[in-house]
Amino acid sequence: MSIIIYSVLVLVLTGVISAVILYFVAQKFKIVEDPRIDLVVEKLPGANCGGCGFAGCRSLAEAIVKAESLETLRCPVGGDKVSKEIANLLGLEAVEADPQVAVIRCNGGKINTTSKVQYEGVQDCLYAHLNMSSEGGCPNGCLGLGNCVGVCAFDAIKIDSKSGLPVVDEEKCVACGLCVKTCPRHVIELRNKGIKNRRVFVSCVNTEKGALAKKNCNVSCIGCGKCEKVCEFDAIKIENNLAYIDFNKCRLCRKCVQECPTGAIQEVNFPPRKEKSTVEQTETIQN
Amino acid sequence: MKTFNKGGVHPQENKLSNDSAIEVFPLPKQAVVFVSQHLGAPSTLVVQKGDKVKVGQLIAKAEQFICANTHSPYSGTVTKIDLAADFTGYKKLAVYIDVEGDEWMEGIDTSNDIIRDIKLDSAQIIDKIKEMGIVGLGGAAFPTHIKYMLPQGKKADYLIINAVECEPYLTSDYRLMKEKAEESLIGIEILKKTLNVDKAFVGIEANKPDAIEHFTQLSKNYKGIDIVPLKTKYPQGAEKQLIYALTKRQVPSGKLPIEVGCVVNNIGTAQAVYNAVQKNMPLVQNILTLTGKNVKQRKNLLVRVGTPLQSVIDYCGGLPEDTGKIISGGPMMGKAISDLSAPTVKTTSALLLMSKKESSRKEETNCLRCGKCVKVCPMGLEPIKIAQLAENRLWEDTEKAYAMDCIECGSCHFTCPAGRPLLDLMRVSKNHIGDLRRQRAQR
Repeated sequence: MSIIIYSVLVLVLTGVISAVILYFVAQKFKIVEDPRIDLVVEKLPGANCGGCGFAGCRSLAEAIVKAESLETLRCPVGGDKVSKEIANLLGLEAVEADPQVAVIRCNGGKINTTSKVQYEGVQDCLYAHLNMSSEGGCPNGCLGLGNCVGVCAFDAIKIDSKSGLPVVDEEKCVACGLCVKTCPRHVIELRNKGIKNRRVFVSCVNTEKGALAKKNCNVSCIGCGKCEKVCEFDAIKIENNLAYIDFNKCRLCRKCVQECPTGAIQEVNFPPRKEKSTVEQTETIQN
Repeated sequence: MKTFNKGGVHPQENKLSNDSAIEVFPLPKQAVVFVSQHLGAPSTLVVQKGDKVKVGQLIAKAEQFICANTHSPYSGTVTKIDLAADFTGYKKLAVYIDVEGDEWMEGIDTSNDIIRDIKLDSAQIIDKIKEMGIVGLGGAAFPTHIKYMLPQGKKADYLIINAVECEPYLTSDYRLMKEKAEESLIGIEILKKTLNVDKAFVGIEANKPDAIEHFTQLSKNYKGIDIVPLKTKYPQGAEKQLIYALTKRQVPSGKLPIEVGCVVNNIGTAQAVYNAVQKNMPLVQNILTLTGKNVKQRKNLLVRVGTPLQSVIDYCGGLPEDTGKIISGGPMMGKAISDLSAPTVKTTSALLLMSKKESSRKEETNCLRCGKCVKVCPMGLEPIKIAQLAENRLWEDTEKAYAMDCIECGSCHFTCPAGRPLLDLMRVSKNHIGDLRRQRAQR
């Protein structure tokens, strides 16, 4: 009988002493964390994609709690909705931005270029980029080896087997910008989604002189400047033999699309036009 | 026989062009000379469109630290200064020259007389090497004078001359050793004087017995030059492996050879240094091997820098019908050429024409865990592990597995029975790690 009493007593005593030690240790090494961090984390999507520029959702939350304005701290995945919620929670002012989408600025691929050499190495864009211009000869265009597909955490990019080019699924793309950072040739750009998802952009990043660019690719921008002249809103600039449409200034009039002699300017999600040629063009884009 | 301690493979040697003496390649009518042909900062152009140039005239000047001069290899008129594609297809700034005659700059000695007296002192020699635009002809094109401006507190004990030529097919260094041995030895003597060392080792692979004998005979007239035959094993000519084979010293990870008191140069560079210092001749020509199993006339050619690759191939009987790949350099480390309109550069030491069968890759199957790649890696890495990490895009882990120490010799890739693209994955990892390090530096 006494054995049982002793053992119970010893156990209880050890328990009490440990509890006291643990209590003081816990007091001594207490980490005071802002309770708001957890609240903010709850609001965030929790994809940990790193699109915001931080290591994950929690790091962004920590930064948001410390910050005085939400100017640069924005979750591209959550967009305005999450931004507003967080702003309400913390009593800050929500910063609104237009929703964006990743856009592939190259339409060369297998269809519009002819392969002069064959690439046999590892299927990695950065590696291929360092070793050769491209199978078709364009030193700026998409290599089609799919580094962007590999990094996309939202399964929004696929390589089209016919054209060999990446295609962005607009529904799934959250504009986190990971593909933009990964692409060694800076082919991908985040552009505003636009009214009714309609966009007009130059689908080319080749900076070579016109003749050289055209030699390698049927749909390259040759920097002729016709679009720049026809644009009434001063949205198009030509730099290094390459046209660029500023999506903030573009009013989607589509005059440049008709003017472009090589078909380098693309329009997306517009209703089909009456003329035959442009109908074909929109179709190829949507495929 | 001396050799390095770890790994290595022995690919078929295929030194098919061993017996063809060096031929002087006829001057092309038009030439394209790249402004920058070295590793480092770009050089600054000093000629203009319409200028008349002579052979050896400066066309681009080195204005930054790691940089080299470029000289005109031709006499004629500069017709254009524009971008031109190099053999990878990328465009670089180049000078287009219409060749008229062959008039050299005054003061350049083009005779075959051998000048043995070294008149200049160490600092003057370095200036001369810099002025004449000498770069490492082993392949990396690193400006040679930088190697001889030792960092403070460092002292060189040995000069090491790489005459190994461990790559299969290549014979340009071998022909150089046979035909220009005396010049090379004086070149070594000059480099020794520059470094102020008493001892120079010349490592030659044992599959070139006549070159070893010829050199050993001649080197008796020179003090402190040791000709060391090395075991025929690839990559005997890799910098760190060569240093170990000759001196038993190990270069620490991520450090340069000067850390262990060695300076390594290629035998071709030594000969170029001789030409620069004794004959005042800039680096405007080099020896190029054109070889391959199906090539009709395999040749060793003395070509001027800026000769179109196509014309070199035409000179040797044209492109064989079933050519699958054209490689600049050797089969192990060379790079595939994607554009034949590109001109040669200072370091184009070989054009290798491989048939489709020879150049096609083994079919890739799953890893067998045989460990052969680990066994043959001369750097003691685990290629299989790094390759697996690379396939899963875990670049930070590849860095921890010392992927950056890979010398890209390709032994693992060569030996893999499953045909896995180990070297490619190694290089991919290195590129991504480089990217990561740049990002870290920016932060």
